[in-house]
Amino acid sequence: MLKIEGLTAEVEGKQILKGIDLEVPAGEIHAIMGPNGSGKSTLSYVLSGREGYEITGGSVTFNGIDLLAMEPEERAAAGLFLAFQYPVELPGVGNALFLRTALNAVRKARGEPELDAMQFLKVARDRLKALHISEDMLKRGVNVGFSGGEKKRNEVLQMALLSPKLAILDETDSGLDIDALKIVADGVNALRAPGFSSLVITHYQRLLDYIVPDKVHVLMNGRIVQTGGPELAKQLEESGYASVQAAA
Amino acid sequence: MPAVTETIDTVQSVTEGTYKWGFETDIEMEFAPKGLNEDIVRFISKKKNEPQWLLDWRLKAFAIWKKMEEPVWAAVKYPPIDYQDAYYYAAPVQKVKPKSLDEVDPELLRTYAKLGIPLKEQAILAGVEGAGETPSDAGRMPVAVDAVFDSVSVATTFKARLEKEGIIFCAISEAVQTHPELVRQYLGTVVPQGDNFYAALNSAVFTDGSFVYIPKGVRCPMELSTYFRINAKSTGQFERTLIIAEEGSTVSYLEGCTAPMRDENQLHAAVVELVALDDATIKYSTVQNWYPGDAEGRGGIYNFVTKRAHCRGRRSKVSWTQVETGSAITWKYPSCVLLGDDSVGEFYSVAITNNRQQADTGTKMIHVGKRTTSTIVSKGISAGRGQNTYRGLVRVAPTASSARNFTQCDSLLIGDQCGAHTVPYIENRCMTAKVEHEATTSRIAEDQLFYCRQRGLSEEDAVGLIVNGFCREVLKELPMEFAVEAQKLLQISLEGSVG
Repeated sequence: MLKIEGLTAEVEGKQILKGIDLEVPAGEIHAIMGPNGSGKSTLSYVLSGREGYEITGGSVTFNGIDLLAMEPEERAAAGLFLAFQYPVELPGVGNALFLRTALNAVRKARGEPELDAMQFLKVARDRLKALHISEDMLKRGVNVGFSGGEKKRNEVLQMALLSPKLAILDETDSGLDIDALKIVADGVNALRAPGFSSLVITHYQRLLDYIVPDKVHVLMNGRIVQTGGPELAKQLEESGYASVQAAA
Repeated sequence: MPAVTETIDTVQSVTEGTYKWGFETDIEMEFAPKGLNEDIVRFISKKKNEPQWLLDWRLKAFAIWKKMEEPVWAAVKYPPIDYQDAYYYAAPVQKVKPKSLDEVDPELLRTYAKLGIPLKEQAILAGVEGAGETPSDAGRMPVAVDAVFDSVSVATTFKARLEKEGIIFCAISEAVQTHPELVRQYLGTVVPQGDNFYAALNSAVFTDGSFVYIPKGVRCPMELSTYFRINAKSTGQFERTLIIAEEGSTVSYLEGCTAPMRDENQLHAAVVELVALDDATIKYSTVQNWYPGDAEGRGGIYNFVTKRAHCRGRRSKVSWTQVETGSAITWKYPSCVLLGDDSVGEFYSVAITNNRQQADTGTKMIHVGKRTTSTIVSKGISAGRGQNTYRGLVRVAPTASSARNFTQCDSLLIGDQCGAHTVPYIENRCMTAKVEHEATTSRIAEDQLFYCRQRGLSEEDAVGLIVNGFCREVLKELPMEFAVEAQKLLQISLEGSVG
């Protein structure tokens, strides 16, 4: 599904990623953990194609295609979804309209028929119900005036609607109470399928109680320094990143 | 709301950076000789078979105009205009004046169809007398259209249907013939001949435009609209519109405008006068899409327009909504003089300048009556090398006790070579009045664009969506049919502004 080899990247001339090697096979969920400033968010932005991140070496393929050569919207259409750490407000843009526009853009790129307003509403209602999110969410401006938890729920709703092949969760758990955390986890677990992979980026082990990863990678100072099973997350929780650093 | 998505689809099918209304209609035209003098004024008046009083009125305006100088206070730059190097009258040749739509030159009907303006009364086409009474599309109101092609009105639809309600909707040149007393009573009472340079010019040489009269207590059963088209080369369009809403009446009026793509600049100097009497409401919406010139600023319409409303009656209300996307230069300030006690003035505006476009637009709210209120919401969007100025005046006379005004001016910048300027004047001479002004300037943030693109939207669609969101407060004031059109236009106007 996702194959990263020797990836190096800079932000404003400063090298942040110093050679990442990572492979996420189809159907697997991998967690990336690491302390602040280790390059976690940079990795998620580089994978999704945000401007301002200069790739200086290495390669990334997504189902065999060169991901780094694609525009952000092309990556989205190919099935890459990024749940933002800080979802962005779009004043005056209705959430239902935004979601439908996004869904149709992706459907169109995949050669699927676009949904009209009624068809969309039906699909959206199903997803809302499954995720236990109130329908009011559709009527509001995109993330405008949303609480931190509501913004994250909206990310999960978008993910459920766009049914990506690869979902990257960039510290989606930060600032969430336990209920919101469960909604996020349910959203990811509901998508679990042989053709779905996820990269769960997190600072804490807490989220991984609900989304049990197949593998845990520790990212430090721009490199993956350790890889293990779910037990690695628990170990980190107890002994902290310093122990890994010492070992590395 | 689904309109935006529809917009996005539509726009994707449009070739980038083209003005799709830029075609020319090949039709036999009649011109007055080039240039401007008393003879031309007489020529136009004679062509229109006008009574002596109107000719005298025009000549007086011409005499005033000759002594006036072009205003220079607006934040717009353009080379001097040679007023002698233009045609002041251009009309499609018609052997006899068409009595019905069937007699209108098919080439003209095709032109309007191509512009998306149906000059047909859906059911009437089917040939069933009286079928025009019911809208053919369920739940969809028909829109009566007056089509002005260069200097003349070529067709007006639904006239008979409206006449049953006592509503007069026709070309102003026709109203001069059929209702001279009304025209004489109101013409120039809101915008006098000597009001300003362009209004004086218009008063001397105006050729056509719409006339609307809504009798006492009548709620106009359909949207009235005028579609202005400049077609002929080197021709100025000087239309004059007069709307009178009698006591307790209500009307919603829309205007749209387009022109062919040409390297030369063409002048459009219109005057619009609105009169609202006791408890009357006039809603006036504009979607201005004159040819804006090319990316280098060659060609495009100079849109120098005077629009003003008199809220003469108590509790009268006038609401201006404008979406200004076209024209090389826009100079217009749709205003309300709030004379009647408790009268209400509103101004909702979206102005976009892209490439080399310049817009200096805003409003004047003049509070005279007691407890008069006004609301101004202006959204300026600048892209490319566009320059966008909001210029507004809120004046409260000593008589306007407890008057209130709220003004909100928001500017959005796209790119780093454009400009946004806000010039609000407030003159308050009344202790009990309350005047509020809010202004913001912002950019489309990189994180907003990236967020949209990560969800699959192209950069241009993302800009369109964000801009439509920014303008929402204004767009929701437009009648439904126009809102769709306006949203499409916003997107098209911004093509090529990113990336």
